[in-house]
Amino acid sequence: MKIHEYQAKEVLARYGVAVPRGRVASTPEEARVIAQELGGRVVVKAQVHAGGRGKAGGIRLADTPEQAEQHARALIGSRLVTPQAPQGVPVHKVLVEEALSIAQEYYLGITLDRAKQRDVVMVSAMGGMDIEQVAEEHPDAIVKVWVEPWQGLMPYQARQALYDAGIAREAVSTATRFLLALYKAYVGSDASLAEINPFVLTTDGHPLAADAKLNIDDNALFRHPEFGEYKEESEEDPIEAEAHRRGIQYVRLGGDIGIIGNGAGLVMSTLDEVSRAGGKPANFLDIGGGAKADLVRNALEIVLMDPNVKGVLFNVFGGITRGDEVAKGILEGIRSLQVKVPIVIRLAGTRAEEGLALLQGTELIPAVTMQEAARKIVEVTR
Amino acid sequence: MAVLIDRNTRVLVQGITGREGEFHTRQMLDYGTQIVAGVTPGKGGQEVLGVPVFDTVKQAVAATGADASVIFVPAPFAPDAVLEAADAGIRLIVCITEGIPVQDMVKTVALVRQKGVRLIGPNCPGMMTAGQCKIGIMPGNIFAPGPVGLVSRSGTLTYEIVDLLTKAGLGQSTCIGIGGDPVLGSTFVDLLPLFDEDPDTRAVVLVGEIGGSDEEIAAEYIRTMRKPVIGFISGRTAPPGKRMGHAGAIISGRTGTPQAKVDALRSAGVPVADALYEIPELVKQALANRT
Repeated sequence: MKIHEYQAKEVLARYGVAVPRGRVASTPEEARVIAQELGGRVVVKAQVHAGGRGKAGGIRLADTPEQAEQHARALIGSRLVTPQAPQGVPVHKVLVEEALSIAQEYYLGITLDRAKQRDVVMVSAMGGMDIEQVAEEHPDAIVKVWVEPWQGLMPYQARQALYDAGIAREAVSTATRFLLALYKAYVGSDASLAEINPFVLTTDGHPLAADAKLNIDDNALFRHPEFGEYKEESEEDPIEAEAHRRGIQYVRLGGDIGIIGNGAGLVMSTLDEVSRAGGKPANFLDIGGGAKADLVRNALEIVLMDPNVKGVLFNVFGGITRGDEVAKGILEGIRSLQVKVPIVIRLAGTRAEEGLALLQGTELIPAVTMQEAARKIVEVTR
Repeated sequence: MAVLIDRNTRVLVQGITGREGEFHTRQMLDYGTQIVAGVTPGKGGQEVLGVPVFDTVKQAVAATGADASVIFVPAPFAPDAVLEAADAGIRLIVCITEGIPVQDMVKTVALVRQKGVRLIGPNCPGMMTAGQCKIGIMPGNIFAPGPVGLVSRSGTLTYEIVDLLTKAGLGQSTCIGIGGDPVLGSTFVDLLPLFDEDPDTRAVVLVGEIGGSDEEIAAEYIRTMRKPVIGFISGRTAPPGKRMGHAGAIISGRTGTPQAKVDALRSAGVPVADALYEIPELVKQALANRT
């Protein structure tokens, strides 16, 4: 789960990381009031998950409260187009903060190193840039230290990384404190990524987290009721949001062929196969094991919420799940939803023949192999 | 011989009294697996399907000599169950449970590795030695004994491939579903050496997917293997930054792309199937080349 900058700063502040003064606004008027309270120059920042916000015009300076209001009016309700999100992401809120007079900018980050199966702490003197870009262009500019799982990040490791990265000597002690606090926040929030970028020193010597990013491990949300209110705002696509409310694994992909299958790997392969056949998948949807009629109905309803969907492909490999049960579920689902688009069903594995027999005499188009199913759905939706 | 499990493996089920645990215990017994004990704290002394239930893994091991364990315990309690099994002297732990927090797995995997205990999973379908032993939830009826080993990050996709292999007359030695999470007890490179050493295995099918770099790491190891490996990568058309069902199936920035995996495998001499149905033919060719 990705949370917004203002939420990440709320979390980090609880762990003792200093953040700029400011508040989030949902309306231009609120933005003006906040700017008035803060006094002086402020910065108005669009709250979206996509990176590259600044270059896309999502971060704007305002000299007066009126100007802050104007910026907020331009941003709220607009779609911000960034290199990472060419189709644009909707802006619902802006963060209004005191503008900082920056002397130094650094990067502090923690994430999981999957290959090493432990967390890695990254520090760089090249702050304020996209860290992936720094990694590509100046790999030596990023210093990494790995955290022993049962020990946690030790202060000496943080110091070592900061000195090695060439952080200004006078900043190392506060940066160490920030890095240890960031690590505490990372562990305490079950984060999969925690970044302060940039970590800044102001011209009058104050250390602050000017921007912050926190991604939370979805598997750990059960033990973080405090993130419940962040959950809804983490969604950017309304159909994905509805699917997740119903506990369905759905990812919208933008094409016109709806895809439903059992098992993540099988569904991914189905998308690949449909693409090979010349089609464009509208979504990824995994019904998991033991599909019952109700789940199938829900899945189909979600897929058909996308108005671009011109046809649906079911690809089910029955293992312990029985093909005839799945076929019954699909038929019930289709009846109750009054589906108007063509549906191709590929059933294989346990009791697949019995399942396919049940589909005879209906308008559903049966297929035996995945390839055949992909070809058929592309044909009928063309 | 086979890899890790055979007809002599003595299996313990952690969470045997739960719905999933009991259902799959029945399936494993039907396949001929020796299920010697179950564990559910507080239910010691009961029996499930004729299998004695104990309160602790330690008691179960002492009473039955179980040497492998399969875990059907809910996510919040599964890491504790893994560590309990490791502490009680179980040598092979298969964790089926999905949804365990990554930080818990980082700690758990570090500890089981340190103890020299083999963990498969979590978030996996388990493993099978065809015709001998099934640990987990794979459908037994699609397997047939034979020379092909299989190691995969997926569940249903594995069944699909096994079904294709069996129908093409290519039986299997051992199939291992390593799981769909970002931090796994055993990765490809942990298991490939076992297949390379196994006299019953003559070729290995590696089924990877987007996310992480385990396939790239495996490709380096495959260069040193004696036996042929055939690859398949799912998620070839998946967009970056989107989690595709599995917690570990996500392209993050420049890591985890399907192309990097396919390229790494191909440059290590691994034939990579572009579509599933090509796999049996590639396996046949690999077997023919080696004989």
